[in-house]
Amino acid sequence: MVLLAAADPTVEVMTPVLYRVLSRARETADTVTLELEPVGEALAVPAPGQFNMMYSLGVGEVPISVSGWSGDGRILHTVRAVGAISEALCGLQPGGLVGLRGPFGTTWGAEKAVGGDVVVVAGGIGLAPLRPAVNELIVHRDRYRRAALLVGARSPEEIIFTEELAGWRSDAVIEVMVTVDAATTEWKGDVGVVTTLFDRLSLDPEVTTALVCGPEIMMRFAAAGLMARGVSAERVIVSMERSMQCGIGRCGHCQLGPYFICTDGPVFPWSEMAPLLARREL
Amino acid sequence: MKTIAELIAEHAFFEGLAESELTFLAGCAKNVHFDAGTRILAEGDEANTFYVIRTGKVALGYFQPERGNVVIETLRGGDVLGWSWLFEPYRWHFDADAAEPVSAMAFDGACLRSKCETDPRLCYQMTQRFAKVMMERLQATRLRLLDIYGPPGSR
Repeated sequence: MVLLAAADPTVEVMTPVLYRVLSRARETADTVTLELEPVGEALAVPAPGQFNMMYSLGVGEVPISVSGWSGDGRILHTVRAVGAISEALCGLQPGGLVGLRGPFGTTWGAEKAVGGDVVVVAGGIGLAPLRPAVNELIVHRDRYRRAALLVGARSPEEIIFTEELAGWRSDAVIEVMVTVDAATTEWKGDVGVVTTLFDRLSLDPEVTTALVCGPEIMMRFAAAGLMARGVSAERVIVSMERSMQCGIGRCGHCQLGPYFICTDGPVFPWSEMAPLLARREL
Repeated sequence: MKTIAELIAEHAFFEGLAESELTFLAGCAKNVHFDAGTRILAEGDEANTFYVIRTGKVALGYFQPERGNVVIETLRGGDVLGWSWLFEPYRWHFDADAAEPVSAMAFDGACLRSKCETDPRLCYQMTQRFAKVMMERLQATRLRLLDIYGPPGSR
């Protein structure tokens, strides 16, 4: 048996760094945003679109996109309770400890859209990985032409970052549209699937870049809707989720065709993903 | 201020219609305005009109005793409201309320139905346009049935 030396960079990247829960904000019935601060040394500053492996101590590890960060090492993760590990993470209270590894993966690369139009399309919790990109878009708004954020959710109760959305809308730096699948008359926003909002956009498809994140099926239909309106598949950027485990392209759990989602992704142009997702064997 | 004939001619829904057909449609149309909260269509009522929304928002929905008014879709400027005027028994299937002040063009569907008896080309053109609207709404409804925002995994 060969033991890995402590100086081995693989050991370092596979060892979780301890973070403490500073605050916990409930977003929806099953989703919370955890604000974390490093107990000791902090991880490297992430870039929009990257993810960390979050380790619920003694339970297990899951990949969670970074939904925000500050200059002093604090980091935000928005977690939806869908299984044992994510439920344990959602149950953490201020003062609780969690292990983090990362940041891993590719970034949204919104800088490639500079000079053109940008549309951000989020479905459900897909807004969490897009939040840093939206904030970056707002900070550098003068670098882009038109900019819009389209958000879809099952119901008004399942929309995350509601206060921030309201702020973005009232600031009017970018156009914000929110739609839900069904609602009572109390809801003053739109009702309909998120792709129906595309008709309300006045974007120039030739120079439009779309950043899309949500469940795979939502991204598939969003990409189809954008391409039907003339946006090229190379300019439709999606964030994929597979069973990322090591985060460094070693274990193969997140392999999709020729790609490891953890290192080649999670952010890809739709032109690279579409042929793979059309194959049932994958 | 534009005439209703000009507004119709400019709208994408009527694109491709002959001049004479646009003129006929203009004769069947009028501009209407609804204050926020006004019921535009009521489930079960006779359906003899369709609307092309110019500005504002319309909420399509129905009343459920245990849930109150449930909105199933919202329509905005540029959208077409109402197709039950085309098909027997010519009754609205849902309620439609002005969620915001709404300006629209209202078309006399009964007049169009009569015209269709003698003008198969116009009938075909209108049916084709409404079929496209219905297909798009059906596709959107199917997407919602797929629960596209549901959780992807179980970890």
